[in-house]
Amino acid sequence: MGVRYLGAEVQRMEDPRLLTGHGRYVDDIKLEGMLHAAFLRSSQAHAKIHSIDITAASDLVGVHRVFTLADLGVNYQKPMNQLYPAPVIEQNKTQYPLAKDEVCYVGETIAVVIADSRAIAEDALALINVEYKTLPAVIDVRTALEEGSPLAHSDTESNLMGKMRSKFGDIEDAFNKADHVFSAGFMQHRGGCHSMETRGVIARDDPWGDGLTIWTSAQSPYLIRRALANWLGEPEEKIRVIAPDVGGGFGPKAGFYPEEIVIPLVARIMERPVKWIEDRQEHFVSTTTQRDQYWDLEVACNVDGKILGLRGKVTHENGAYIPYGILLPNSSLTPLPGAYSIPAIDVGVDIIFTNTVPNSPVRGAGRPCGIYAVERMVQVVSRKLGIDPAVVRRRNYVRPEQMPYETGAKLRGGDPVVYDSGDYEALLDKVLELSDYESFKDRQIAARKEGRFLGIGISSCIEDTGMGPYEGTTVRVDASGKVIVKTGAASQGQGHHTMISMIVADNLGVKPEDIIFESADTAKFPHGIGAIGSRIAANVAPSAFDAASKVREKAIKLAAEILETAEADLDIESGIVRVNGAPDVSISLGELAVKLTPPSSTRVPTGFEPLLEATSFEGSAGSPIASGSNVAEVEVDNGTGEVKVLRYSVAHDCGIMINPMIVHGQIVGGVVHGIGNALFERMIYDKQGQPLTMNYGEYLLPLASEMPRIDVTHMETPSPLNSLGVKGAGEGGTIPAAAAVIAAIENALEEFSVEIDYYPVDPQYLLGLIDSSIDSKSSSRLS
Amino acid sequence: MPDIREIQVSVNGEDHSAKVETRTSLGDFLRQNLGLTGTHLGCEHGVCGACTVILDGEAVRSCLMLAVQANGHEVTTVEGLAGEEGELHPLQEAFWKHHGLQCGFCTPGMLTSLVAFLRDNPNPSERDIREAISGNICRCTGYQGIVDATLEAAKVMQGRV
Ligand code: FES
Ligand code: FES
Repeated sequence: MGVRYLGAEVQRMEDPRLLTGHGRYVDDIKLEGMLHAAFLRSSQAHAKIHSIDITAASDLVGVHRVFTLADLGVNYQKPMNQLYPAPVIEQNKTQYPLAKDEVCYVGETIAVVIADSRAIAEDALALINVEYKTLPAVIDVRTALEEGSPLAHSDTESNLMGKMRSKFGDIEDAFNKADHVFSAGFMQHRGGCHSMETRGVIARDDPWGDGLTIWTSAQSPYLIRRALANWLGEPEEKIRVIAPDVGGGFGPKAGFYPEEIVIPLVARIMERPVKWIEDRQEHFVSTTTQRDQYWDLEVACNVDGKILGLRGKVTHENGAYIPYGILLPNSSLTPLPGAYSIPAIDVGVDIIFTNTVPNSPVRGAGRPCGIYAVERMVQVVSRKLGIDPAVVRRRNYVRPEQMPYETGAKLRGGDPVVYDSGDYEALLDKVLELSDYESFKDRQIAARKEGRFLGIGISSCIEDTGMGPYEGTTVRVDASGKVIVKTGAASQGQGHHTMISMIVADNLGVKPEDIIFESADTAKFPHGIGAIGSRIAANVAPSAFDAASKVREKAIKLAAEILETAEADLDIESGIVRVNGAPDVSISLGELAVKLTPPSSTRVPTGFEPLLEATSFEGSAGSPIASGSNVAEVEVDNGTGEVKVLRYSVAHDCGIMINPMIVHGQIVGGVVHGIGNALFERMIYDKQGQPLTMNYGEYLLPLASEMPRIDVTHMETPSPLNSLGVKGAGEGGTIPAAAAVIAAIENALEEFSVEIDYYPVDPQYLLGLIDSSIDSKSSSRLS
Repeated sequence: MPDIREIQVSVNGEDHSAKVETRTSLGDFLRQNLGLTGTHLGCEHGVCGACTVILDGEAVRSCLMLAVQANGHEVTTVEGLAGEEGELHPLQEAFWKHHGLQCGFCTPGMLTSLVAFLRDNPNPSERDIREAISGNICRCTGYQGIVDATLEAAKVMQGRV
């Protein structure tokens, strides 16, 4: 049996269902007797709540009940749990599932109406009367630590949530001996989730004592089960969390939300299933976003562009609460020094509360910000020294012979960051070729003669993928010969069903269509982690591979006894174990499964455990580091400030590709997300904390008409950290994109010496920069 | 009191008569009253295109239209695109082949929009297709697979491959 599926562009097994309208997303589920919920959310960024009058709302025909925090029960008058406690968190602020007496952002849940229909529940919201006493709000993270700044929470003394720092090497020495020190400051803004399916929760409490069942549009069902069980003080076994088809996740669906407490509780109290589906307006104010980071960096380098050190400070906007620990600021620091061998780094981050929606990772988490920062500084070095940006990169890359390369930085768990494998310069060569970088100058000059401004930008990145500890798989053959594959891994469109089936099919010798795939249901598999940080392939592929191998071994061993032949003479194909050279002598996997699950008064074959089944939690021995180099080519209209991305090229290395079609889709989709960050997506709050971008006319997402064709080429440097050599691919498109696009814009406007210190780069801002360079005064958004 | 009207509407070739509240959108009616949950609601304000259905041959946004406005009209939803025996529409086939979907949430609206578009523009360029779906947001795919699928489907539908 040779490998047949691994590495092939197998069409996805998920698709026929989804293409014909037969997906099953949360809102598609209809339960007998189900009621509908709508949440009253704070209209104020910061206020004390004096009273909540629910009388009129409760009296509305069709309303069953209105709940405030007090109505949830005496045991539940407490804030939510911290999912990721960390010593860095000096002030642990999590929200109450329904506000107690203070609201700290527009959108915070205050009350919930349960009614016969969502429309009636929404009608009733308008009848709830909340008496607020408005408090001053803190919105601008840059002034939040100043004396006299308003406080995001009235019972605290400072808006500082905590501080962290990434420090290694001899930073003083690096700066002392460097030929040059350059500095730059810039703001990075990453928007929200904007999965096309909003969040949604259905809960049902089983009156026969089997506990709660919760369907939720989520990336980490097991995390929700654990958090809810902890919060309720109940056993996990009595809580079943199912993530059915999920219409995109991108990070914000990986957490635990107030609605995931409130809906189960009210379903229990009402003794009826309850459904809540977030509407898009709610998504803007209640689903976590990534938001602002201000970076001030200095880079120490020599005349040849060799970088010796990087130091500085980040101000990170956390929003009002900490639903997600310090994952975001932390993952902003761990990618430093990027694809480069930089001996000394010292960058600290202040994590600061504001009265805005809490933050959480969005595709890439902090990695796009950390990589953007490094790439910016490389760009600064290149510009100041007048060295081609490709050359500066060549002089600084970590080289293949340095692998495994320990950067000096630490991962969240305290392990050192180690680059396991890769050839960053080779990736650069590939992308330069793909993008016709060498001939760009000619294109630029020709365009300039027509009055057009073209620019080109490079960005390189690394991505720590596949964080542990595991994502297990069970493989079992049933009596019909069908192969049941179960895993905790939840999918939001990444094609796990296909990817895992390919691996099992290869290894067990069955057809993918004979696999019954079950995932993301806590009742089906004991534990899982979640689809975050490009971690699934590098964890679940090894476990699926291992579990399938074990089932295969067991099948071959038993078949050898039954067929009275040597194990080495047996092979499995299409679910039949055959003797090589004697194809008529065979036994099917289904028959073997029956032998291992025999009827009463019979025996399991001696020396065998029951069930033709195996479970594996094999994963990666560390984080496989994916890498990429991108080139963006843009045209800037210096009259309107409009930026068009004309071409975009990617050379990417995520190790061995299981299904190149799926990898390609992840990269292209990821790049478009990154272009959206660079040019379009911005969640704006006014000074009082009122969100101003509340629909897709005001908050711009990348559209097909604005996006270029994206050319992708791959390298496959196997990861030594897992059995298949795979690395994650979910975020590698997004991470370097903003840096490439923005470097290209600067390149297009070279004659105006424009320095971009802010993204998304909207036309107004860009025109301001062009105009001010003409008048030679600064119009930076940062000043 | 809710204002309720009776409507007659043909959906995917099947006649339905139903009583609906006047404020119910066509999208909610299809999903909740008829159980046709293939039509998705992504924004409910007319921008994302996920809710697109074909009404008398034209692509319309079912979140921006009331069910009562569909009275006497013919609606095709994503469930109605495949053939009688379940054979996929050439556009569905091409989406499958070119990885034109990931999470699948935008997909019904993409398909209905593009089926209507291809009827009027059987021979589109890549640019035409990108403009045609500029009112359909996909957060996952980056659109490229969708564009490639549509280019191929156009050829197949014209018998050019
Ligand atoms: S749901 Fe109708 S356009 Fe978005
Ligand atoms: S496939 Fe997920 S939104 Fe398009």
